[in-house]
Amino acid sequence: MSALPTQVGALAQRSIMRTARQPASAIPPLLFPVALMLLNAGGLHASTELPGFPTDSFLAFALAVPFIQGALFSTMNAGTDLARDIQTGFFARISLTPVRGEALLAGQLAGIVTLGVLQAVFYIACGLLLGVHFAAGAAGIALLLVYAAIVAVGFGAIGSWLALRTGSGEAIQGLFPLLFVFLFISSMNTPRNLISVGWFQFLASINPISYLIECVRSLIITGWDAEALALGFGIAIVLAIVAVIVASREMGRRLDRS
Amino acid sequence: MNLWPVASGVAWRTLKNVLTTPSLVLPSLLFPLLFFIAFAGGLAQVQNTPGFDYPNGYTAFQFVFVLLQSAAFGGVLTGFGVARDFEGGFARRLLLAAPHRGGIVVGYAAAALLRWTITATLLTIIALIAGMQVGGGPVDIVGMYTLAAIMNICGFLWAAGVAMRLRTVQAGPLMQMPVFLLLFIAPVYVPLALLGTTLHAFARFNPVTYALESGRGFLAGEPVHAALGFGLLLGAAIVFSLWAFRGLRSAEAAG
Repeated sequence: MSALPTQVGALAQRSIMRTARQPASAIPPLLFPVALMLLNAGGLHASTELPGFPTDSFLAFALAVPFIQGALFSTMNAGTDLARDIQTGFFARISLTPVRGEALLAGQLAGIVTLGVLQAVFYIACGLLLGVHFAAGAAGIALLLVYAAIVAVGFGAIGSWLALRTGSGEAIQGLFPLLFVFLFISSMNTPRNLISVGWFQFLASINPISYLIECVRSLIITGWDAEALALGFGIAIVLAIVAVIVASREMGRRLDRS
Repeated sequence: MNLWPVASGVAWRTLKNVLTTPSLVLPSLLFPLLFFIAFAGGLAQVQNTPGFDYPNGYTAFQFVFVLLQSAAFGGVLTGFGVARDFEGGFARRLLLAAPHRGGIVVGYAAAALLRWTITATLLTIIALIAGMQVGGGPVDIVGMYTLAAIMNICGFLWAAGVAMRLRTVQAGPLMQMPVFLLLFIAPVYVPLALLGTTLHAFARFNPVTYALESGRGFLAGEPVHAALGFGLLLGAAIVFSLWAFRGLRSAEAAG
């Protein structure tokens, strides 16, 4: 039997346990997006009365945001953890063992995907408890979990790439506002066709985060919207592939230097 | 004993540290601008909801919130610096050297205020470029910025009290989260009357609501709840002063 699955499993377990043992890392990605969603839903409830708003429940509209916001948090956590491994010398020590670079990256990503899916389950449960009806039904919820896994691979690989590139947890944290720019200048709070400021509508339309959010939103409030699903899954898959490739290359370079 | 030498020294050092470290200065400048762009740009259509009656448009409506938010977080971020100084050992040396320890808190507070002044200036310039309508006269505008300045001091004193009791940067979420929640349990996106039922129930008892409505009234030139807004913030500043100075005693006792 190949050693690769064993190595990936051990490193994934380490990645999950490390997050689970640090409440400061594990709890904010779960609670903060839900808290922000509830506050926004209370504050922006009136905007459901705008002509053309796709639902009469702002909570249903906003439930898509925690999925992507949680993924952004995971990016930062994943990057910070890997950067800490580099800074503390763990990475250098493990590079002296037979563990392969692919196993290091895959283990890290497997841990992030597991946490990403658990986050998605938590957000779905919160939505159901708060009375949100998923228009796409149980199959839609299952698809949402697959989507969450793909998004987690993409964002997790970006976090890993940043960590391998900079080798500094502080640098990763410093990039946090930049990632939030993408989230805020998107259709997170208003459907793109209802954004009245031209330049903002343009930026939201060229921002891939808008389509990642709209894919989730379509399963919650529309049902099966082929265009939204194709755009969301397409962007998530391309992002995941590109991010994994660049992270793998950076892993190779980092291992050569170690 | 004169506390000015200690206060000015601490303020100067804190400001110099912040302004020469990009990872410290950029978030406090960029986050308010980001919020302003996202809220004023992305949510402008909200002003067309039935019952939205703010006369100066959505950009002005959001500007006041972001101004108060930047003020509060400018104070909290300076509180992070206090925690960092304790963690690194600098604050303990400062406690030993300062002839008037109250000057330490005053110095950090002055730095928080000056630091926020830079953010507020930048935010105001961006808002005016974005076409913000100003209805209030000079006295109203001074009133609005004074409210925000008191909010800045409140944010700092709260965070400093936490920082001096726990003396670690890991206390950051404890400094930040209550302020964040108080700010968002207020009429952030729409006037109080248009909030959802649950949020409305909480917002009515939130002092930030009245500070926010006062600020928006000043900017529109139609002051509302001005005495209540100032009164609540000044009351909070007094309570948080006690909190911060007792925190200083706690730090002194811990050595």
